[in-house]
Amino acid sequence: MQCPKCRGNMRTYERNGVHIDQCDGCRGIFLDYGELETLTRMESQWSQQHATPPPPPPPPAHGAPPAWGAPAPHYGGHYGHHRQRSWVGMLFST
Amino acid sequence: MSESEELISEMGRIGLRYGDAPPEVLPTRPDVVIVRAGSVVVKAHAPGTDREPLVRRMRAVRHPVLRGILLDPVTEEVTEVCGRLVTVWPTGVPVDHDDPDSAPWEASARLLARLHAVPAGALPPLPAAGGPARVGKTVARLDGGTAAGRVVLRAFDSLAAFLPGPGGAPGPDARDGADLLAHGDWHMGQMVRLHGEWIILDTDDLGVGDPAWDLSRPAAWFAAGLLEPQVWHRFLDAYRAEGGCAVPPHGEPWERLEVPAQAMTVQLAAAAVAAAGREGRELDEVEQVLVDTCQRIVQFRRACHSVPTQ
Repeated sequence: MQCPKCRGNMRTYERNGVHIDQCDGCRGIFLDYGELETLTRMESQWSQQHATPPPPPPPPAHGAPPAWGAPAPHYGGHYGHHRQRSWVGMLFST
Repeated sequence: MSESEELISEMGRIGLRYGDAPPEVLPTRPDVVIVRAGSVVVKAHAPGTDREPLVRRMRAVRHPVLRGILLDPVTEEVTEVCGRLVTVWPTGVPVDHDDPDSAPWEASARLLARLHAVPAGALPPLPAAGGPARVGKTVARLDGGTAAGRVVLRAFDSLAAFLPGPGGAPGPDARDGADLLAHGDWHMGQMVRLHGEWIILDTDDLGVGDPAWDLSRPAAWFAAGLLEPQVWHRFLDAYRAEGGCAVPPHGEPWERLEVPAQAMTVQLAAAAVAAAGREGRELDEVEQVLVDTCQRIVQFRRACHSVPTQ
């Protein structure tokens, strides 16, 4: 089988009953129909077996943004766009 | 000769009177003209600037109590050229726009804290500081025909009680404290280095008001997730260490910053949506972040107003 992305040779592996085709070139992985669901099912079985009680939500840290601010998981995502023209423009203008 | 050529050439003549090099036009915002003549710059204020408040501000900014904090004009005179008000200032070195990381956050915070410590009563009488009134003016230029525009307008409506009405009258819940001095339009473009020291420039919006508005831009950027937390805390800590009165000395600053930072988010989002509309393009990622923050402001304000049922 040929990799749809880089046209490299794809090799078939079997891991716990799931067929995985991996490209020798770009290391990309191809899953057959239903294999993603199998993986998800196995993952949830694994985490049930190894479940620990979820940690309590952290108290609002001192110095955290206000309640209406950017939600924490996205926090940090925008800094990479620091060089964007609109950000620099806003930093320096009325 | 067109009117703008005549304005620039007359500004050049004023520049030569005080300065020491051939005049050149410096890039700035579209409604302002800056002509530099070596060690001085000549500024044509935005069309429609009222003379009387500017004259009062020019008089106040010359006061010795502001030396080392606000840029001292070359002359307090306000000239009229081609219908524009013109003032003369020393030339400073601005922050390098290509290197935003070099922005002087701590020095800015310390200067703002020192400015806010100056009792407004020590200066010649000043008008109200800019800031709150600009939010409504910016939103008024917004076309509410787009989804983003409608979000911004809803966020503005949710803050209406805290902002000046259309006639510039203070909103019903506006904070008292009109004996404090505020710059009225602080951002990183208002910082220049002169004789090796940072100093704040622009007296156009100087006046009495709530100094928390001078922190509203960085507070809004931090809240929106655009300004790194470390930078925000460097700024806030330096402001507090210098005794800045706009926020409590310890603990959460948001009780004081909430309204100014939310209002500034609305203003920045309104300007961004209007600019994208004018240029016929989609919002970029930074602009979209501002609109998303407006959406959360609407939800936050709605939650503030809902009364819990027993």
